[in-house]
Amino acid sequence: MARVGVFVCFCGANIADYVDVPQVVEEVKRIKEVKFATEYKYMCSDPGQGMIRDAIVQYKLTSIVVAACSPRMHEKTFRKALSDAGMNPYLLEVANIREHSSWVHQKNKKAATDKAMDLCRMAVAKSIANEQLHEISVPVTKRALVIGGGIAGIQAALDIADARIPVVLVERSPSIGGKMAQLDETFPTLDCAQCILTPKMVDVASHPYIELIPYSEVIELQGFVGNYKVKIRKKASYVNFKTCTGCGACWQKCPVKVPNEYNMGIDKRKAIYTPFPQAVPNKPVIDAEHCTMLLKGKCGICAKVCDKGSIDYTMQDEIIEREIGAVVVATGYDMWDPKPYEEYGVGRFKDIITSLEFERMVSANGPTNGLPLRPSDGKVPKNVVFIKCVGSRDEAKGIEYCSKICCMYTTKHTILLHHKVHGSHAYVFYMDIRAAGKGYEEFVKKAQVDTGTTYLRGRVSKIYKKGDKLMVRGEDAQIGQVVEVEADLVVLATAVSAPKDNPDLARLLGISYDKYGYLSEAHPKLRPVETAKAGIFLAGCTQAPKDIPETVSQASACAAKVCGLFAGDTMKKDPMISTINNEYCSGCQNCLNVCPYGAIVTDDVPVGHGSKDLRTVAKINEGVCQGCGSCVAICRSMAINLAGFTDPQIINEIVSI
Amino acid sequence: MEAAIKDQLVSIEKPELVAPPDWEPVIMGILCNWCSYAGSDLTGTSRIQYPPNIRIIRVPCSSRVDPWFLIKSLQTTADGVLVSGCHPGDCHYISGNYFARRRFLVTKKLLNFVGFHENRIQFSWVSAAEGPKFAKVVNKVTEDIKKLGPLHLYKKENFEKK
Repeated sequence: MARVGVFVCFCGANIADYVDVPQVVEEVKRIKEVKFATEYKYMCSDPGQGMIRDAIVQYKLTSIVVAACSPRMHEKTFRKALSDAGMNPYLLEVANIREHSSWVHQKNKKAATDKAMDLCRMAVAKSIANEQLHEISVPVTKRALVIGGGIAGIQAALDIADARIPVVLVERSPSIGGKMAQLDETFPTLDCAQCILTPKMVDVASHPYIELIPYSEVIELQGFVGNYKVKIRKKASYVNFKTCTGCGACWQKCPVKVPNEYNMGIDKRKAIYTPFPQAVPNKPVIDAEHCTMLLKGKCGICAKVCDKGSIDYTMQDEIIEREIGAVVVATGYDMWDPKPYEEYGVGRFKDIITSLEFERMVSANGPTNGLPLRPSDGKVPKNVVFIKCVGSRDEAKGIEYCSKICCMYTTKHTILLHHKVHGSHAYVFYMDIRAAGKGYEEFVKKAQVDTGTTYLRGRVSKIYKKGDKLMVRGEDAQIGQVVEVEADLVVLATAVSAPKDNPDLARLLGISYDKYGYLSEAHPKLRPVETAKAGIFLAGCTQAPKDIPETVSQASACAAKVCGLFAGDTMKKDPMISTINNEYCSGCQNCLNVCPYGAIVTDDVPVGHGSKDLRTVAKINEGVCQGCGSCVAICRSMAINLAGFTDPQIINEIVSI
Repeated sequence: MEAAIKDQLVSIEKPELVAPPDWEPVIMGILCNWCSYAGSDLTGTSRIQYPPNIRIIRVPCSSRVDPWFLIKSLQTTADGVLVSGCHPGDCHYISGNYFARRRFLVTKKLLNFVGFHENRIQFSWVSAAEGPKFAKVVNKVTEDIKKLGPLHLYKKENFEKK
């Protein structure tokens, strides 16, 4: 006979305000299997867990129900409490009476209480059918995959590799460096991005534990934590990196000119190119979309000028396979396209540029040698208007969130303008100045004093042309009047947006993403770098907009998680996987077809005890099974069961209310 | 052909019976752990209110849901069933929800054939980020089932009385 203990949590006032907890306790006491039931203010606290431990011993309980928050929150906590009391941790069930009752039925205490009782009854019924389970040990492949070679990917790769764990770093573009390589100086210290980034890029290339695979993409991920297999498509670069010395003769002579992505299209690059002079690896690739040799078979100059004969027009994409144990996703962000701001004349007026275009122009290695120039006539602007929150915090344009970095980089831009163009004046239209961060507020204050920038609190409603100037009309909410500013150049602080390929990548990896396309962390506060899929971690802006210090912190956190995962030779795996009862298995092999992991194989067993005749049955590979339960539902002879979610457990839940 | 068969079917629904005024339907919600259950948690964390009729069962994946669970629910405790999983293509277990989708279409047809109103068995896709959508789905399902009234025929108490 089962002896169930039920522990109902107040969760402070979170549950107790909307559910009559003592009444729930009284009600569950009436269930005949329940031998002990009690309530406490915080079950997850140490005294709360202590009550569970004591009751297990005192009342000889055989299963435990905790009615509290979602099992996704504290199931692990309570399982540990069971272990501590010498009980199998999988004899626990959690009744989710917070997220599923008290928080969603706040206007009807009786209904919420009734529902909480039902949820408790269901959990009690399920727990009666719970079985003792034991964690499974599986071997670990100690090699990590890092997707994306921006500052997040670089930092994660270096930190993991420094722990002597091999890393495969996959970067889509020809060079690592990401968005940070495009920046001039970085807030709040104004140190040059190149100076602090390029040494790290070189470290990546020379690190004995890092395998850098540039100009490539992940196309398939199979397996499970500790035992993934990844397929990487290495795009044809048409240049043999082994023999190329990076002398640059090819791109100097190439006749085809293409807008330069690194400089936001302000100048041109060649069809054979290295993205920027400090690129790592510093080897050129041929852009197959523009090379006339590859398109029409005419030209071939680069092959002629290459002393080493490194140019190979017949090169094909290559598929590389690696076995890895963990993945760090660091795909960064895209700059949001401000086209929807028609009232600003985006696209019509040449002298409206985005912040990253401005950044490239004022950058020492930029297309204009560090001077901001008006795209229309190439003159140096005197009056520059910066407009913040273009896209961000604007529901009408589809982005509700704050992009977090624009306030700071706009401040930086006013300083850079002040330094580079003497006699210039900056105007900033802003909604709020959000300068939360170490040294940020001081940075903004100092910049305001030093540069004499005019800050106007309000939105811009219209930009129109007057002669060769742009007239920016907006509101100054602090004096409650419409103001007009004559501008030579307008810089839009465009929003940070999720990489547009993130949903595809998320599907490929089997992780989730939010409505904007940012990849989702397992828990917003307590598991910010893990995804819901074990062994896959997130670093940098692919999870949400963040600045460089935060990105680096998160990348290092990922590295710590990966190192923790690889600390032992084997790792513990959740025992909630399928099991097959050979007695019932008819060998129909339907389960083989539905298993997404190929975890089921066939096996031959004797027909009867001691018999020499064999028959075919299905067999589960414990290390591979992830516990989805597809095979259980497809099995017509009911030979398969999923530990933790067995048929008796679920049917008990259904019939218990 | 199908329509002709439909006309001859005997429905087990009894729309002529009036439910008692305090009657509230019970809806069994079977949710996958990774998307819909997480989504329903988000509904809670966002304090979005919905009718208290649903009782939620957690399963790892919508493909774990055996048609038996639906039949057993309607037979014993529930007036309607909602099964919800990850959006097609977003399954945590790669392809589980596709199997679930096919299986549910067949189950729904079967239960409809047996005489249950089609609204008694409902499916939805709710992702972990769609807290408001989960509330919307529960609202709709609850309304639908309320319109249909109690499921009289196969209830546990009817069996026990006999």
